Amino acid sequence: MQSFELIRPRGIDGILSDWHPGDAFIAGGTDLLQLMKNDVVAPERLTDLDNSDLHAISLVDGSLHLGALATMAEVAAHVDVKREWPVISQALLLSASPQVRNMGTVGGNLLQRTRCGYFRDVGFDCNKRRPGSGCPALRGDNRELAIFGGSSHCIATHPSDLPVALMALDAQLDLAAPGSGTRRLPLAQFYRLPGDTPHIETALRPGEMITNVVVPPGPHARNSLYVKVRDRTSFAFALVSAAVGLAVSDGVIRDARIALGGVGAMPWRLPHVEAALRGQRADTSVFETAAARAGDGAISAGLNKFKIELTRRTVLRALRTVAA
Amino acid sequence: MIVGQSIERLDGRLKVTGRARYAAEFKPPNMAHAVLVQSTVAAGTVAGIDTTAAKAMPGVLQIMTSANAEKLNLKGASVLQPLLQGNEIFHNGQHVAIVIATTLQQAQAAAARVRVRYNPAEAVTMMEAALNQASVPRNFSNGRAEPDSRTGDPDAAMTSAAVRVEATYTTPIEHHNPMEPHATIASWDGDRLTVWTATQGISGAQLTLASLFGVPKENVTVICPFVGGGFGCKGTNWPPATLTAMAAREVNRPVKLEVTRQQMFTSNGYRARTIQKLKLAANKDGKLLAIQHDGLAQTSMPEVGEFAEAVGLASRMLYACPNIGTSHRVVAINQGLPTYMRAPGEASGMFALESAMDELAVRLAIDPLKLRLANYANADATSGKPFSSKGLRECYEKGAAAFGWQRRTQAPGSMRDGRVLIGVGMATATYPTNRSPASAQIRMMPDGTAVVRSGTQDIGTGTYTTMAQIAADVLGLPLERVRVELGDSRLPPAPGSGGSMTTASVLPAVQSAAIQLRDKLFVLALARPPAAWGTAAKSDLRLENGVVQGPGAQVSFIDLVTREAVSFVEAAADVNPDAASKDHSSHAFGAQFAEVRVDPDLRTVKVSRWVGAFDCGRVISPKTARSQLIGGIVFGIGMALMEETRVDAETGRTVNANIADYLVPVNADVPEIETIFVEAPDLVTTGLGVKGIGELPMVGVAAAIANAVWHATGVRIRDLPIRLDKLLV
Repeated sequence: MQSFELIRPRGIDGILSDWHPGDAFIAGGTDLLQLMKNDVVAPERLTDLDNSDLHAISLVDGSLHLGALATMAEVAAHVDVKREWPVISQALLLSASPQVRNMGTVGGNLLQRTRCGYFRDVGFDCNKRRPGSGCPALRGDNRELAIFGGSSHCIATHPSDLPVALMALDAQLDLAAPGSGTRRLPLAQFYRLPGDTPHIETALRPGEMITNVVVPPGPHARNSLYVKVRDRTSFAFALVSAAVGLAVSDGVIRDARIALGGVGAMPWRLPHVEAALRGQRADTSVFETAAARAGDGAISAGLNKFKIELTRRTVLRALRTVAA
Repeated sequence: MIVGQSIERLDGRLKVTGRARYAAEFKPPNMAHAVLVQSTVAAGTVAGIDTTAAKAMPGVLQIMTSANAEKLNLKGASVLQPLLQGNEIFHNGQHVAIVIATTLQQAQAAAARVRVRYNPAEAVTMMEAALNQASVPRNFSNGRAEPDSRTGDPDAAMTSAAVRVEATYTTPIEHHNPMEPHATIASWDGDRLTVWTATQGISGAQLTLASLFGVPKENVTVICPFVGGGFGCKGTNWPPATLTAMAAREVNRPVKLEVTRQQMFTSNGYRARTIQKLKLAANKDGKLLAIQHDGLAQTSMPEVGEFAEAVGLASRMLYACPNIGTSHRVVAINQGLPTYMRAPGEASGMFALESAMDELAVRLAIDPLKLRLANYANADATSGKPFSSKGLRECYEKGAAAFGWQRRTQAPGSMRDGRVLIGVGMATATYPTNRSPASAQIRMMPDGTAVVRSGTQDIGTGTYTTMAQIAADVLGLPLERVRVELGDSRLPPAPGSGGSMTTASVLPAVQSAAIQLRDKLFVLALARPPAAWGTAAKSDLRLENGVVQGPGAQVSFIDLVTREAVSFVEAAADVNPDAASKDHSSHAFGAQFAEVRVDPDLRTVKVSRWVGAFDCGRVISPKTARSQLIGGIVFGIGMALMEETRVDAETGRTVNANIADYLVPVNADVPEIETIFVEAPDLVTTGLGVKGIGELPMVGVAAAIANAVWHATGVRIRDLPIRLDKLLV
């Protein structure tokens, strides 16, 4: 770890006006500090967001507003979240450990860096960490890496669970930048696929930060759940996870939402599977037909090939469970 | 009797209140901090190290490389690299420099600025790429066993047998990952060295450091009152401890070096990858006719050292079989030196043997437990020696009854709970009973407390507690009036805490010293006896509750010591293993019973029930002993289902060198564990009847789970760990 300066400005305006290139924002620090200790990143200055007044969880016109500094534990336990957006609560409760959830925040979780072992160890080349140095994961140990959205430059996965749920729910982000006010951006447009610039991971502009997450309500949100498949029962990242929401009336699927975690360069939505469900009867044969297409378009790098079949089975499990 | 009672561990309160001091927590004045710099290539030479930028960083005192490091005496050392003695690189993550600074943070920041240039050479990073280079180990089992064995004619028996099983089993590299990373503080005073270090063997560390630095053994003091888990990775004096002492001498002040979690994957050994070929032959009734167990194990390049995983030793003795062959070969590659890891040899070897036995049972359509009983050995099949004690039959019987083994139905997939697949499996456990020379000393203090002293160490297994129990019983003292001192090389020497031998080695010494002290107290009491004793002799006296009790009167220990006007009354003992133990085959035994639940779609495996019955000889401290059993079984669950150090083939560098990505079981992975003690005292090996207990309970766990997974799914996994991708078929 390199030495750094810590500043603790008050309020969002203070935070943004104090920002300089080379600064990093720190909230819970559960990821950033690991990265700094391993010399993966070395910001000269950290801006502590604890005095940002962005901790609130509230309902505005029926939509859920999550302050960027709300902790994972607070959101998971929130009574409205559990009732109207259960997939959010479940995704969080299946994340990390209680200790990490007490520190980790909504904004920080959306920006968690990949767990790719090649990225997290400076002894390896990595296009994400050192653009142009190469991606040894493509021909190396890639069991946990992406089958969707990767490129010949990077097959890292986004590791978080919360954004998978938010992706399925068409969440939007409020972003604030120094001197340019706030903009609202769909989460689906927030993450960038690696292409030939895997070091650019989001649409965030210099100095810009997530301030708020907006999640619309709906019958699909109320009838939603999160299934996470992993190598141990708790405190492990997903091999494959699925956030699903189904709006069903009179036995017919009116709306379907499916997003995957653990398999994509970003939280991965499955519009073709959703389309195969919409308007169909909510029964096993429909689920089986739709889930069979969940691996369409997947590309295996070798050791991660099993994820294609596991994706189909996970989606099927999620659909059957949410419809039960 | 306090021995055998279920008491709290004596160091428990100190540990949970943070008052137990571990190696890194000592604070000699003026201490500097060191950080290791490690190679990023697996073979070649260091072409040059640019330390200019790093040296200019605040607080940096010195940067040591092979160019300026002092030359050590490597004669007789078991770990020859990496000690900054040359430019050659033998594995990725090899230490190539050490940065010393006033604070830890300064040392870390500077270490990241050290620039190393390499002349890389072609590396062999994976064992599979060098199988044709397999060689006979040069120093197998430290000379206590031959690498190859042959009883009868296994090949001929194999050819003519009615039923045969032949399969290859593989186990991965695993790392110990104790909670406490390796840490050392070193301080020189002239040519006298003091080190506080996390070690399973203070006497070994003392000898090794004295030899490396060319000073008399007496000049080196090693202090280690508590160990935060070792599991074998603290059994050897690894280079970081030596490098810390070099650094302290270089900057002429105390230096601390704590190995980082990532460096724990490159600095203190690992369980070697093995490839084992098992052949079993039996007649139609399941009577074993031949066993052939051929093991290949990964080791480091010879310049670093050699370690041979002894996978086949249990196959030599476990079952009654007239024809048994075993062989051990090592494959040297560009990886670090492997070492002992909990149940070395047996954990890997018994995964193979006990999986193969299950495969044989399937082939014969015999219940797996019945197959074991049909081949129950009453003597060691290879050496022909009788067992010094063996309660395995009772382990099978009690374990099976507690587990409900008879409810097992034979066909795979035949037991279900709704759609969930249930599987049950079993395996045998065994581990040799080891004992080494040890010494101890007991002092009766003027305040009537006894201080028990031995240069052993408590690696979390309960040594403080068991030493106090034995002494308290002999001396007639309540436990709270016995104090234990260990973990300091100035104490009477004792062996390293490995091979499950601490109790069997140290307790006889404590007992012997206690008996001699008792005798001294009798003599002192009789020198100035109370009038009521008349002509009483030693045989009329006994020790109880802090007094010498004679006919009609007593003398307290306090009076005895104070009236002598001495600081304490002391007795010491130096004990060696009984010669009679050489005529016996001495082992602990056990039977493992596992139930797993397998998701029929997602193929996740959850261990849902466990019963383990263990003959670990006489149990001194049932509570800490049960902790050992539970810990070993949990360790085995990790080995079976998740643990694997994954290496990038191109660079030979570990990809998951952290405990977020190197998985070990969490609480949610572990079911209620029922443990049963079957006490078959081994009175040949120790008069106390104890056997080892640390390694035994993890032996057979991986096989029991693999066998249960087969029973649930019909899929036989011969390659650990059993992760869901291997079951997605």
